[in-house]
This record gives sequence, C-alpha cells and structure tokens, in this order.
Amino acid sequence: MQTFKYVRILSVTLLLTGATAAWANMNIFACEPEWESLAKELGGDKVSTYSATNGMQDPHHIQARPSLIARARSADLLICTGADLEVGWLPQILQQSSNSKIQPGKDAYIEAAMLVERIEVPTRLDRAEGDVHAAGNPHIQLDPRNIKLVAAQVYKRLAELDNVNAAYYQQRYKDFNLRWDAALAGWEKQTEKLRGMPVVEHHKLFGYLFRWLGMKDVGQLEPKPGIEPTTAHLAELLQQLQQHPAKLVLRATYQDDRASRWLSDHAHIPALAIPATVGGSDKAKDLFSFYDDIVQRLQGIGQ
Amino acid sequence: MFRYSCIGAAVLLSITTVSYAQQMSDNLFNPALSLILVGTYSQLSRSPNTYAISGFIPSGADVAPPPRGFNLGESELAASSNIDPYLYGQFTLSLGADNTTAVEEAWIQTLGLDNGFTLRAGRGFSNIGYINEQHSHVWDFVDAPLAQKVFLGGQYASDGVQLKWLAPTDRFIEVGAELGNGKNFPGSARDKNGAGGGAVFVHVGDDFNDSNNWRAGISYLKHTVLDRAFTDNGVSNAFNGDSGLWIVDAVWKWAPHGEMTRTNFKLQTEYYRRHESGTLRYDSGGVNQASDYQSTQSGAYIQAVYQFMPYWRVGTRYDRLQRGTVDTGSININNLPILAAYSPTRTSVMMDYSPSEFSRFRLQLAQDKSQLHQTDNELMLQYQVSLGSHGAHKY
Repeated sequence: MQTFKYVRILSVTLLLTGATAAWANMNIFACEPEWESLAKELGGDKVSTYSATNGMQDPHHIQARPSLIARARSADLLICTGADLEVGWLPQILQQSSNSKIQPGKDAYIEAAMLVERIEVPTRLDRAEGDVHAAGNPHIQLDPRNIKLVAAQVYKRLAELDNVNAAYYQQRYKDFNLRWDAALAGWEKQTEKLRGMPVVEHHKLFGYLFRWLGMKDVGQLEPKPGIEPTTAHLAELLQQLQQHPAKLVLRATYQDDRASRWLSDHAHIPALAIPATVGGSDKAKDLFSFYDDIVQRLQGIGQ
Repeated sequence: MFRYSCIGAAVLLSITTVSYAQQMSDNLFNPALSLILVGTYSQLSRSPNTYAISGFIPSGADVAPPPRGFNLGESELAASSNIDPYLYGQFTLSLGADNTTAVEEAWIQTLGLDNGFTLRAGRGFSNIGYINEQHSHVWDFVDAPLAQKVFLGGQYASDGVQLKWLAPTDRFIEVGAELGNGKNFPGSARDKNGAGGGAVFVHVGDDFNDSNNWRAGISYLKHTVLDRAFTDNGVSNAFNGDSGLWIVDAVWKWAPHGEMTRTNFKLQTEYYRRHESGTLRYDSGGVNQASDYQSTQSGAYIQAVYQFMPYWRVGTRYDRLQRGTVDTGSININNLPILAAYSPTRTSVMMDYSPSEFSRFRLQLAQDKSQLHQTDNELMLQYQVSLGSHGAHKY
C-alpha cells in the first residue's frame, strides 16, 4: 500500500514536471537553430530536436539557463558551432548535465566549425583586440557550402549512433544533398550581380557569406569585435567611405539598427538587415527558406 | 658535401619541429588559468572596525564593509581542467588585501557518472540557496546580503563530498546532498570522526518563454555545533547544540527574445530561517555560567538589476533581518548586548559599467542600519577585472 502511494506520488510528480516519453527518438541538442534545422532535415521523425538559442539571439551571450541543463542531460547527440562561439555558456551546461555521451571529444559531440575551412584565424591573440576567436570566424552557417560539409558528418554520426535506422538516415541525407545542390545553384545564379560589391557590416559576422558571394568587406560598425559602435569610429568609417564608397550597410536582424541607420543616412547607402540564422526572420523557417530570404533581401539591393 | 648539409639541415629542422610541437602540446594540456583583480574605494560614515550586526550571535567571519579609503579587494587565482576522461578539477586561491592566502576552493568532480549523477569531493562552496555558490566577483553588489553575513558568515564552504542528481525531465530539477567537516560558521571545528555538517537542496528551473526564465529552490543546512565561541562586550561565550538553517531562493531573468546584449532584467530573492537549540556558556573564562539556549531567527533580501543599455546596469537591494525569538534561559540577556532586540535593515543602490566581458566598474550607495542606534552611510567605488581564460558563468 505504502509503495503504491510512493509510485503514485512519483508519477504525478513526473507528469507535473513535464517529462516527455522520448524513448523512441534520438534526442538532439543543437546550440544554434541552423543545426536544429539540419538535424530535422536528416533525422526526420526519428529524432527530437531542441535548440539552445533562437534566431533573434546573439549566440555569444546566452545564460546557462536551467532549461538548457535539463535538455542536455537527455541528449543523445549534441551539435554546436564551436570555435569558441559558445565558450561563455556551453562548458557550464556540459559540466552540469552529467551526460558523459556529449562531452567534448566524444562521438555524440559535433563541433561544426571544425569540419569546414575557417576564415579570419587571428595571427595575434590579445584581448586588447576585442572579442577575437582563436579558432577563426565561427559564423560558418552563412556559407551554404559549409552546411553541406556539416550535413555529411551529422548524417554519419546519426547512422552510427542510431544504427537500426541507418538506412533511413542515408535516404534522407541523399535526398537533402540533391535538394541542397539544386537550391545552391539557384542562389548562386540569383546573386551573380552582387560579385565585387563593397559592403560595410555591423560585426565581423558575414565573412563566410561575402566569401561565397564574392562581396567585398570594407569595414565594420564595431570598432573592435564585440565592442559596440562608437561615434568616433563611425565618423572615421564615414570618412573612409568618402574615399572608397561602399554600396551597402549590412547587419543581422538581432543587431541594434541605430549605427547602421546613422551610416546609411550620412553615406547615402542603403542599410539592410538579414537573418543570421533560421528564425532570424519570419520567412527563415528552415535552412532552405533561410537562404531564400537572405538571397531575396540582397537581390532587392542588387537591382 | 651539399647532400650531407641538406640532410643535416633536414635533421635539424625536424628536431626543432619536434621540440616546438612538444612545447605546444605541453602548453595545451595546462589547466585554464584565470586571475581576478578587485579594488575598492569606500567612504563610510562609521568605522568598519566596530561593525557588528545587532540581534544575532556574530559569525566570527570578516563581514564588515571594506576598510575606509583605497583598498585592494580579494584577488583570486584559479586553475581548472579536465583531469582525465572521468574527472574535472578546480582550484581557487584567494589572496586577501592583508596578504593572507586562503584556499577558497579545491575540488574534483565526476565528468558524467550518467543517469544524472554528479559527485564532487574537496573544498567548495555549498550549493544551498542561490548566491552562496557564486564567486563574489559575479555578485551584483560590492558586498554580500546581510542574511548571508549573519547566517553563513558571508559565504559557506565546507570540506567534504557532494552528490547531485538531475532528473530526466524537460524541466530542470536538481536534488543534492552534501556532507562535510562543518568547520565553518554556523558550524564549528571539532575533533571527531564523521561529518560535522550536512546539507540537502532542491532546485527547479525552466523557461516561461523565449524572454523569461527562472529558477527556485529550497535548502536545509544542519550542523552539530561544538564550542562555537564568540566575543561580546569583551566577554568570551560559547554555543553548543544543533543549528539548522532553511533557505528559500528564487531568481527570474528577462531579456527581449532572450537577447541580453542590449537590455535585460534580473530579480533575485532569498529567505533564511535558522533555529538553534542547545546550551550557551556565558563568560567561559570567568563566571562560566551555562544555560539552555533557543533561538529562531530569520532574514531576507530582494534585489533587482536592470541593464538599460549596452554596458550599463542599475540595481537596488533591500535587506531585512528579523531577530525573532531568542531565549537565553538563566543568563541575563542584558549581559549579551549583541543580542539586543533589534531587527537590522539596509538599502543599497548601484550602477555599473562593463566595457567588455572582462571588466566592470561599479558605484554603490548604501544606508546600512545593521547596528543598534547607528546608521552607516556608505559610498563604494569598485573595479573588477578578469585576466586569462574566463570560464562560463553559472545561471
């Protein structure tokens, strides 16, 4: 009788605390929405996904919230950008998760930035240079060719970790690859006119996008990475633009628009916000529509 | 000849590459090192040398405001690293302005025992409540809440073991238990086998939505106290018996869409209630009168911090202690002036500026009514910087 009472209390507690019966699926913990979207593409209905951040957040600055620790505890696979992007919160989450599977170096720990060729790797490490990343620019999701490289690895790990569904993942991976290649060709065609276009960006964020589309990065609104724009720096930038004009001021939708509006007004060039990841705009619902939206917004400028 | 010198050069080159690679990997395996530097300037209307919190048995710890004028704060040197695939270690050395050195933390912890368990051993801050486990340099005010000072001697740490279990739910539910030597206040040093103190705690937390998240908890800290001495009015006294402390804590954080670089808000509160019962020895060196002793006392603080633009935050905090009931039995309570019927309060406001993640400058004003019939008006300026590797912060 007593035992029964405890069982009842326990089951009520579990119900109240929102326990989900996730036995069937692989639980995937993604640090950023682009990796959650990729996991959905490749995992289909065999995976449950969770993203630690949303498209309107700067993934550098996240709180190691209790909900993230709880989600990391039950994760079977972790996909994060790495390259120190999540250094301010992820180590705390991993340490408190008591989940040995997803610790750095384990099979269920994927650091996406290590799978691609990174740009802007600093030759000098000094905090006086602002928030620099020793492993280079971590915002690799802004080149769709990188997504392809990461997809290959995510598929491989899924097939290894959830062996019974390996054929299913392979099918989905093949299908994704075909659709991605087709979309990629389309995006590249639609953005041909942007080649060589000089652009000012808010933060050193769009390096991969510029490399992909052949756009020219001519300056940042931030005086140093991670340091908010100052009036002195903006004035200097404006002077520089009078000598070597830019065609566009670009920022992510989550970044403050005041500095780019100021420069846009004074340099008489358009200011544009684009999503930095899935969920960064209403249209960017998955990886495909994320790039569709970026391309569409940029095309508006290229006209 | 040319061939030999070529080979020689190649050999030389490979040697230098090897030793370089060797050096690199030696360095890479070094623990993450970080150094915290803190300095204050304080302007106080009352001397901190005579500071005491009326209505409560003193903790014996240094809980007074920082000395008047320019003063170096506590410098902290920390090293941490994975030890092997199974363990993680952390060491923090605290260097006081008076050149005293203390091992603040030195613990090892399992790296995923799985099934939600984590085991820690060594010296560490107890996970009871909310603010207690945070290092002082991440506090939002220069000093600790009054209740922390009076019930935990500022911050409670113990040498011992801790076991935590994280429930397999989407909501964060953490249950933990600690056993330690209980040497620090509210415990006392003792020459005995077994544990001198222990704690249990439950923390629950979740997101309301993208913008709002919270954590709440309840903790209980228990000590069997042996001759915990304190001085009052020039007379030495001692307490023997049981000391039990309940803490209820809650934190709520807000940032639009969870994007906290521009604006964010934090509301934090903790309530403490302590019951002590045993015997009190009055004037141990002289009269040496013993009597039954009972007390039930409580305290709380509530604080709010708002970041109104990048880098700038303002905050306010209200402290209140409730003397509650203190029964000194056959000892005349008037002989123990520190236990005067008085409930201390303090109001603080602060503004800080953090030009980067690694530095912070703070101005704090406070009206401190900790002591019977006395009001201390305080102004404090503080800098806090962190050098080297900067570990991820807890919630």
